[in-house]
Amino acid sequence: MSDLRTPLSKVKGLGSAKEGTTHFWRQRMTALLLIPLVLLIGFSLAALPVDYATLTSWIQRPWVLVALVLLIVVTFYHAQLGLQVVIEDYVSSHSRRTVSLVISNLSCLLLGTIGVVSVLKISFGV
Amino acid sequence: MAEFTLPANSVVKQGKLYKATDGATNIKRFVIYRYDPDSGDNPCTDTYEVDMDSCGPMVLDALLKIKDEMDATLSLRRSCREGICGSCSMNIDGTNTLACTQSISTIKGDVKVYPLPHQPVVKDLVSDLTNFYAQYASVEPWMKTDSATPPDRERLQSREDREKLDGLYECILCACCSTSCPSYWWNSDRYLGPAALLNAYRWIVDSRDEAAGERLDELEDPFKLYRCHTIMNCTKVCPKSLNPARAIAETRKLLVQRKM
Repeated sequence: MSDLRTPLSKVKGLGSAKEGTTHFWRQRMTALLLIPLVLLIGFSLAALPVDYATLTSWIQRPWVLVALVLLIVVTFYHAQLGLQVVIEDYVSSHSRRTVSLVISNLSCLLLGTIGVVSVLKISFGV
Repeated sequence: MAEFTLPANSVVKQGKLYKATDGATNIKRFVIYRYDPDSGDNPCTDTYEVDMDSCGPMVLDALLKIKDEMDATLSLRRSCREGICGSCSMNIDGTNTLACTQSISTIKGDVKVYPLPHQPVVKDLVSDLTNFYAQYASVEPWMKTDSATPPDRERLQSREDREKLDGLYECILCACCSTSCPSYWWNSDRYLGPAALLNAYRWIVDSRDEAAGERLDELEDPFKLYRCHTIMNCTKVCPKSLNPARAIAETRKLLVQRKM
């Protein structure tokens, strides 16, 4: 099929989506936030003896609970933002890209929710 | 789209060897990509033995010597031969650059010459830059103002404001940067690429222009601007030593700035 559209018409396409800056900014901010959170939780966890009772009582401490919930939420939000970029980079067909984005976004939401609920359940022992 | 399988006719085969004339002692071999769409054959690399004792110092000198004396069918673009027109951009020794400013002596071993990567090839070293030029046109690279032109003089600009255009206005649109960018390879249908974005920024920071806001509106898009992942190939290859990656980062800073 011959394509009679001008090159400029193809480049302009459907125009600017007028977004992307928020995504860009949040990706950086979540990355920054993850540095202290991972260090805090990582070092604190590494200093503990590995047994069930110590770990559950550790999670029940208020500051650990806050840090863990933050870590899980920020991690999966950051993952969602990053996966979106990867999918936009490498999946070119519009339908496959849309499906991939929906699956990736829902997976991040589901996994993050499971993480938060697990921590809360351990912490409050319901 | 990332292309992991090669389309038909893209496997590059071994071509012919063009020997240097008898008695040549200082020989440099040039391995040059050849493709003729009319023949229907796959592309190939022809090897030319060039007598460096009768050849100028730059790769363009050798290419023109080959075309004049060894094989007139070799196609390439060139014009100014001094790095200002941007016509002879090609991939030399694995890096996009201008053939006219790339010296032969700094290249070790055979000199491999290919067209700019990931662009349609018209013939041999001539690539089709239609999309690249359309992207440049799409950033509307001209001054846009609402204020009327002063009746008695030109639009004035302070020395400091003029200096903000240094490192931007020198772009010669050779396409070395955009065609070296992996993000541009995968998404050149929607990502504007470093050259167009550098030129967009050149007008955004021009103190005489009154359309910075609209220009930023047009760029704020996940694909047009935000496909840049600071890979920095653009800055590495620019034959004019410009920094498109910095221009893109500055554009993003302005976009963040106007939100806060």
